[in-house]
Amino acid sequence: MDFDFIAKFYPMYIKAGILTLELAFLGIFFSITIGILCMAIRYFHIKPLKPLVTGYIELSRNTPLLIQLFFLYYGLPKLGINLSSFSCAVIGLAFLGGSYMAESFRLGYESVRISQIEAGLSIGLNKTQILYHIVSPQAFRVALPSISANVIFLLKETSIVSIVALADLVYVAKDIIGLYYKTDEALFMLVMSYLAIILPISFALSIWEKRMANARS
Amino acid sequence: MQGVNILFEQETLMRLMQGLLVSLEISVISIIISVFGGLVLGVLMSLKNKPLYWLLKICLEIVRIMPTIVWLFIFYFGLTRATGMHISAFMASLLVFSVWGVFEMMDIVRGAVVSIPKHQFESAQSLGLNKFKIYTYVIVPLAFRRLVPGAVNLLSRMIKTTSIVVLIGVVEVVKVGQQIIERHVFTNNMAPFWVYGFIFFLYFIICYPISKFSKKLEERWG
Repeated sequence: MDFDFIAKFYPMYIKAGILTLELAFLGIFFSITIGILCMAIRYFHIKPLKPLVTGYIELSRNTPLLIQLFFLYYGLPKLGINLSSFSCAVIGLAFLGGSYMAESFRLGYESVRISQIEAGLSIGLNKTQILYHIVSPQAFRVALPSISANVIFLLKETSIVSIVALADLVYVAKDIIGLYYKTDEALFMLVMSYLAIILPISFALSIWEKRMANARS
Repeated sequence: MQGVNILFEQETLMRLMQGLLVSLEISVISIIISVFGGLVLGVLMSLKNKPLYWLLKICLEIVRIMPTIVWLFIFYFGLTRATGMHISAFMASLLVFSVWGVFEMMDIVRGAVVSIPKHQFESAQSLGLNKFKIYTYVIVPLAFRRLVPGAVNLLSRMIKTTSIVVLIGVVEVVKVGQQIIERHVFTNNMAPFWVYGFIFFLYFIICYPISKFSKKLEERWG
């Protein structure tokens, strides 16, 4: 292992790691937004949108992100829709993650007993108030482990954005291997970078989960 | 619909199908290995042996924490460098997906076995069966129903994930798509749209029935 080499090239990894984090943050943020929207459409039984939501969820869950990105980046410009690499990656992550989040929220929502909603109705709350005050707090606790699993999943999925020409960690590692033949060093730094990103986040999420679980009991 | 004729050329379709076969080959072989490996390790993990449990648990977490593409890099570039023997990109993919599948499957099997009520063990024991027989004749068949929905789900995840092997240069459906697009670059401007759109639906056509099936099983057996 050539540590001088690592010392020289680690800023590239830091830059790439920040890009990964930015992408992941935006992707996760929009995923959660889409997930909540999908759940609200189902909860309020908004008729014309419901089949649309179902279709979207099936389509996005049953296709790989890689192909979604290829289609966004190389396919859509042919229709006159030009997206930058970065927005392609964020849209791709949100498109994929949105359906996973929607399923998590549904899982939480379905776990709330019907008697809870009836109780809300009987004290004169309307559907929106019930959703806000009664259903959401309970549903969120149940959905949290699944949501945090999705967060980690999306963090890991960012690893393929190099195919739309973004200089992420994988791209940098491949570059170094190709240019300098420093395979061991490049892979070592790649692994370390992902550990540095994923471990703290997964640790924080599991602490949060435990707190929520304790609060319930 | 300009340029859609590219999808109706026999050569295009034939080559895409051949590429798809390579993707499916990687998934099917690694799924078969995962099922058998996962069953054995899953049962081992569910035995009340603390050191063994933790060893397997740590392996699972190590496999899980890294993105699959990083594992592909480690096996394809790193292994060659470390051992001096060259493995093909196809073999590296097979290895990575098998290892990943075995450990994910192990967790599913463990979950199913642990959920079997204790009295099933005790009744089997009182019949005088030994441990090996208890597992092969009683516990695993009982756990089977509970593990199938999760296992089917894993199957479709593995098929979807094989799309990334193009990044280490395996010539599978995405790579073939790229080659077709390159060949038509001067004659068909719309080629990327149709070819990538087509591959998108190819994956959908394969994975959608599988995930529907898994949902059905979950409702019936879960």
